[in-house]
Amino acid sequence: MARKEGLIGRKVGMTQVFGDDGNHIPVTVIEAGPCTIVGLRTKETHGYDALQLGFGPKRKNVTKPQAGFFKKVNVPAMRAVREVRLEKTEKLQGYEIGQSLTVGIFAPGELVDVVGVSKGKGFQGGVKRHGWSGGDATHGSMFHRAPGSIGASSDPSRVWPGHKLPGRMGGDRRTVLNLSVVRVLPEQNLVLVRGAVPGASGSLVMIRKSVKLTKAQQQKAAEKK
Amino acid sequence: MDAIRLVEAAQLKKDRQGFAPGDTVRVHVRVVEGEKERTQLFEGVVIRKRGEGARASFTVRRISYGVGVERTFPLHSPRIERVEVVRKSRVRRSKLYYLRGLAGKAARLKEKRAAIIPTSGESSETGE
Repeated sequence: MARKEGLIGRKVGMTQVFGDDGNHIPVTVIEAGPCTIVGLRTKETHGYDALQLGFGPKRKNVTKPQAGFFKKVNVPAMRAVREVRLEKTEKLQGYEIGQSLTVGIFAPGELVDVVGVSKGKGFQGGVKRHGWSGGDATHGSMFHRAPGSIGASSDPSRVWPGHKLPGRMGGDRRTVLNLSVVRVLPEQNLVLVRGAVPGASGSLVMIRKSVKLTKAQQQKAAEKK
Repeated sequence: MDAIRLVEAAQLKKDRQGFAPGDTVRVHVRVVEGEKERTQLFEGVVIRKRGEGARASFTVRRISYGVGVERTFPLHSPRIERVEVVRKSRVRRSKLYYLRGLAGKAARLKEKRAAIIPTSGESSETGE
């Protein structure tokens, strides 16, 4: 009965809370849900089982195709629509279109994954982008932060595909696995998650129950239920 | 930002006011030793207060056996029982880092005299 459901939310920002032992816990505040189920993906028709969730009302600039989509399922237009994959075993029982999911699905102590788009860093050199060491700044060094050699000479006469070079950094979809839920505030639709989460404050994030738990963690989660 | 404030508001302790940099305070800290819990005192001069909301902290400096010791406490920490003001001093800046370079007589601070509250009718305006 371990449902792997999730929510779409907004990263509010970071702060710290005091734990039971009086120590600081760094937390990210996420305003998650309520999310409306706008679609169901089934193995038979789509090839996989998933929930299609909508988050946040959208009143302006609703395109005709969008309006049509939401009209079909009879829910108001939403700002963001994302899918959450479900485990094979649970199927889609108990879910129906129009149903609302709230932060109540998460409990303190539970492990979750958070998906977000990391902050864009623009065009960056290899030292920042790939963690190269770079050369000495002084002592007569004439090699500082340059890429250095990017391959052999006339054979192969080209750079191997995928070679690490300076370029655009950040702005990628990133998932942080196994963050623990510190606190849930159902009235404010807030979830406090231990640690940092990709993206800027105010950006869209997805929070779901952890998909990669060790056996011990799974057992612990099952006991809690 | 409102959601952050809301989260922090629940943690704030209302009794953590009434002292400022320059004041000598006695901090009652709860320490857990094994299974026992007891209160430890740390007395010294507040040399800075920083941060906002639940993240605020303050630093107390004292001379212990001839060695300067500074301890930074989270202002709203549940481990702090209370902060007792021993003495208030008149200082002209909010961060008293200059005390680190001073010792003995030079590191003294002038005590603040009790505030004179103007009685009604008396004008406190200046520059007539």
